Amino acid sequence: MGCFQIKIKSIPLHPNLEPIILSRTGTMIAHKSLKIIVTFTLALALLPFNAFAKDDSQAEESKDEFNPTDMIMHHIGDSHGWHFFGEGDSSFTLPLPVILFTEEDGFVTFMSSEFHHDTEGQHVVEKDGMRFVNYHEDIYKLDAGAETVEFDEEHNVLNASKPWDFSITKNVAAMFLTVILMLVFFFGLAGHHKKNKKAPAGFNNILETLVLFVRDEIARPQIGDKKYMKFMPFLLTVFFFIWITNLLGLLPGAANVTGNIAVTVSLGLFTLALILINGNKDFWQHTLWMPGIPTFVKPILAVVEVLGLIIKPVALMIRLFANITAGHIIILSLIGLIFILESAGVAGISVPFALFITVLELLVAFLQAFIFTMLSALFIGMAVAEHEHH
Amino acid sequence: MDLITPEVGLIFWQTIVFLVLMLILAKFAWKPILGAVRTREESINEALASAEDARKEMQNLKADNEKLLQEARAERDEILKEARQLKEKMISEAEGDAQKKADNIVAKAKESIEMEKRAAMADIKNQVATLSIEIAEKVIGKELSTEEKQHQMIDKMLNDATLN
Repeated sequence: MGCFQIKIKSIPLHPNLEPIILSRTGTMIAHKSLKIIVTFTLALALLPFNAFAKDDSQAEESKDEFNPTDMIMHHIGDSHGWHFFGEGDSSFTLPLPVILFTEEDGFVTFMSSEFHHDTEGQHVVEKDGMRFVNYHEDIYKLDAGAETVEFDEEHNVLNASKPWDFSITKNVAAMFLTVILMLVFFFGLAGHHKKNKKAPAGFNNILETLVLFVRDEIARPQIGDKKYMKFMPFLLTVFFFIWITNLLGLLPGAANVTGNIAVTVSLGLFTLALILINGNKDFWQHTLWMPGIPTFVKPILAVVEVLGLIIKPVALMIRLFANITAGHIIILSLIGLIFILESAGVAGISVPFALFITVLELLVAFLQAFIFTMLSALFIGMAVAEHEHH
Repeated sequence: MDLITPEVGLIFWQTIVFLVLMLILAKFAWKPILGAVRTREESINEALASAEDARKEMQNLKADNEKLLQEARAERDEILKEARQLKEKMISEAEGDAQKKADNIVAKAKESIEMEKRAAMADIKNQVATLSIEIAEKVIGKELSTEEKQHQMIDKMLNDATLN
């Protein structure tokens, strides 16, 4: 249908500034067939518009009104069971273990299926004398005598407490899936290398090319030939983890793992930890007591530098989270448009658009994995760089 | 579950899972893979370097061969030249010797011919003298057999002597 070109370039302007990373150029070539499809679907979409306008007043009164925000938040958020399709008791949901920790009674474990698909805090699960409800995927421990969770106007919970939730949620389960895939892939590749010394063929060759891509295009140029080997395990793991998780996230019914801020916070913290642990004397000197400037400016600059140190991984975590979540929201919004406008004809436009965005997301999946790894390598490289003394 | 509020449980799991995954992969996958790739790259580089060396060696060998051949050729030419010279020398020497011998022989032959000739001449002279004496005896005997003839002789001789 079209062709797309992506150019990725890293231009470090100044060691203390984040580099300009990418320039995307896209060209779409519209074919005649595409034009025909668009015209046809536009006509289809406009036809039932009249009917929809009439139903508007009635629809507002209906209690089961379609709420796009709830639908989208449900899809991009985490949950205690892995829902595939269906509604209520007839839905097909993979039950996952719920692991709760309370200060008084320690760990409590049960399967998420015990809530019977209830997320409105109605179904009470009794375990070890404690009573739990699932309200919008937050699990509350009810106080004695309470039947359901109640909130005041500021949305503070009134009759329940919130235990520590270490459940294997949908995102954790999806994470395990990525881990299994990565173990299978790379143990396979390592197994090949143990058996013979020749270059691998087929899928292993693709994997090896990607491993070499991370080594030669990310680690070596950013960290330098002397020190890059130390950070290869982190960079490779983070690159493949993000990429594979991103791709799995695009499958229907899959979890939005890399689009969850908790996941990206954790990944960002790894980068921060590596910077803090491996930062050399030069790095700390340039951060805390910048040489070659007037003394009264030094404390001011130190504050700025320390802020920069924290902002770098924060930028990393927000970039990944926002990019992946935004992609999911766009696709869900386009599909949601069909239900908002209550017209099957809209599908004619929104499905091709959603398809286009999905294809774009395939690209973003790689791009974000690349950028996260690239910037991590860059920050680590800045922390371990041997400065020439001026 | 809010969109931008990180869940403690998920941070916990992500950190544990990622850490364990990284450690396992580092030990059992990344290390062998990167090691094998590096070994392979090194062996490729070595193979290329040794191929280059072999090529150079071949070139050297070829040059050496060429040199050897040239030397052999020069030596052959030298030998041939010497042989030719020797041959010419030998021929000329042989010719000289032969000439000398021939000359000697001829000289000796001439000498002996001369000697023979001389001996023969001496012999002939002796014989002629003897014959002449015999003839002279016989002629004189005949001439001076009569008185008259003796007188005539004296006269004649006197005449010749007066004339002188």
